[in-house]
Amino acid sequence: MDEQQIFQEMVTILRPYVKDPALLDGATKDTHILDDLKVNSARLVDVIIKCEDTFDIEIDDDDADQIRTIGNAVDVIKTKLQ
Amino acid sequence: MKPRVVITGMGVVAPNGHGLDNFERGLREGRSGIRFFPRLEELKFGCQIGGMPQGFDEVRKSYFDHEKLLSLNDNIGYISVSAVDAWRDAGFEVPHDDDPVDWETGAILGCGIGGMDTIAETIVPMVNEGKTRRMGSRVVEQVMNSGTSARVGGLLALGNQVTSNSAACSTGTEAIVDALWRIRAGLATRMLAGGSEGASPYIWAGFDSMRVIARKFNDQPEKGSRPMSATANGFVPGAGGAVLVLEELEAAQSRGARIYAEILGGAVNCGGQRNGGSMTAPNPEGVQLCIRGALADAGISPREVDAINGHLTATFADPSEVDNWSRALERGPADFPYISSTKSMIGHCLGAAGAIESVAVALQLYKGFLHPSVNCEDVHPGIEAFAHRIPQAVMEYSEMKIIAKASFGFGDVNGCLIFKKWEKA
Repeated sequence: MDEQQIFQEMVTILRPYVKDPALLDGATKDTHILDDLKVNSARLVDVIIKCEDTFDIEIDDDDADQIRTIGNAVDVIKTKLQ
Repeated sequence: MKPRVVITGMGVVAPNGHGLDNFERGLREGRSGIRFFPRLEELKFGCQIGGMPQGFDEVRKSYFDHEKLLSLNDNIGYISVSAVDAWRDAGFEVPHDDDPVDWETGAILGCGIGGMDTIAETIVPMVNEGKTRRMGSRVVEQVMNSGTSARVGGLLALGNQVTSNSAACSTGTEAIVDALWRIRAGLATRMLAGGSEGASPYIWAGFDSMRVIARKFNDQPEKGSRPMSATANGFVPGAGGAVLVLEELEAAQSRGARIYAEILGGAVNCGGQRNGGSMTAPNPEGVQLCIRGALADAGISPREVDAINGHLTATFADPSEVDNWSRALERGPADFPYISSTKSMIGHCLGAAGAIESVAVALQLYKGFLHPSVNCEDVHPGIEAFAHRIPQAVMEYSEMKIIAKASFGFGDVNGCLIFKKWEKA
């Protein structure tokens, strides 16, 4: 799975947690999940679990703590998939 | 003079109807919301019938977005829809995320048992399978005792006291009494008050094993809830929610709000589990003191009570409840108020019961009717002398001014409210 595919999957995963889906339309790797997309910080846990299920990987707490932007998530997932 | 408190909005999700119009039609028709549940048969329950709001999944999907729906178990779903309905009914808009906090409005919304479906279907299996890490973020908010009020506080941007009470089957009534006092104390302009209860075999199981719920009408569900009947065979478990918007009179009038009824007074107490009272049965002295306390708080004479909306669950306690009312009001069969049980149509909605039944009371005062108390054609011998005061069919009754409503709960706790028809001064 290439980076662009992972990015698109991330946008799909985030969609239910974004109050205004329009915010996702112009999303880039630099889009901040909490600040730009206004995702409730408590729900990050659910986003991580969904990533684990979607990509069949395990994201430990230290890796999860690194995820601030969509790009951070893509990088973590890409590493796990290698 | 203490501030007067009126009801300016109501929302209800009951087994026999969602929404005030539908609920009112149900009450007038004596429509039963009791159904047979194959799941309870599979699980070998003695009682396989219950009262559960019908078609509620569609209702909740039409109220909330995907994000919120993920956090709504039955209990919180019922209270959330009821609260939004009540708020709009009172003439307010549901605020947007960037709207200011309403510091003048609070909420007391409780439940009896709460998020048992979430505990049973999510927490217990996942923890036992070693999957705690995968439960996600939505478990605590659905099972914490204040889950109901917490959700509503966020939906409506409430900034006054937001809390959840719990007093078993008296929860809904107690919430209204507490909210009344908070407004009277000048601490809030308006309060949402009410209660809810989920529909789950895991909630009902304990009552089934106690053999206090109806086991003899599995093949005739609509006949199963039989308060005041000689063939009463235990209560029928129910579920749902209701919220009343209580408002200080001057504030309500200054914004031109429609007023359903005034809450003249209320009382709560406990019988101390003595003198015939126990964890599960009321001390008669406590019940009578509670009723008299509510009348005194309302500043009315027992003679002024036109009708009683009883706790009346369809257990062995119904005759003693009627006796307690008679003694507390000092009125025998000859001049007894009308008496009815909303539970005859919806079952016993536990933590939601007092709230749903209080909505029924306010609607009846506002519209001038008394709903039938169904399934007691065969009045219990211990109540027979009062049989002529039990409406068997809907009664138009526009002269009715005062209804007394009581709820009693495990722990020997009691709550009583006095509602008055609103008449412009």
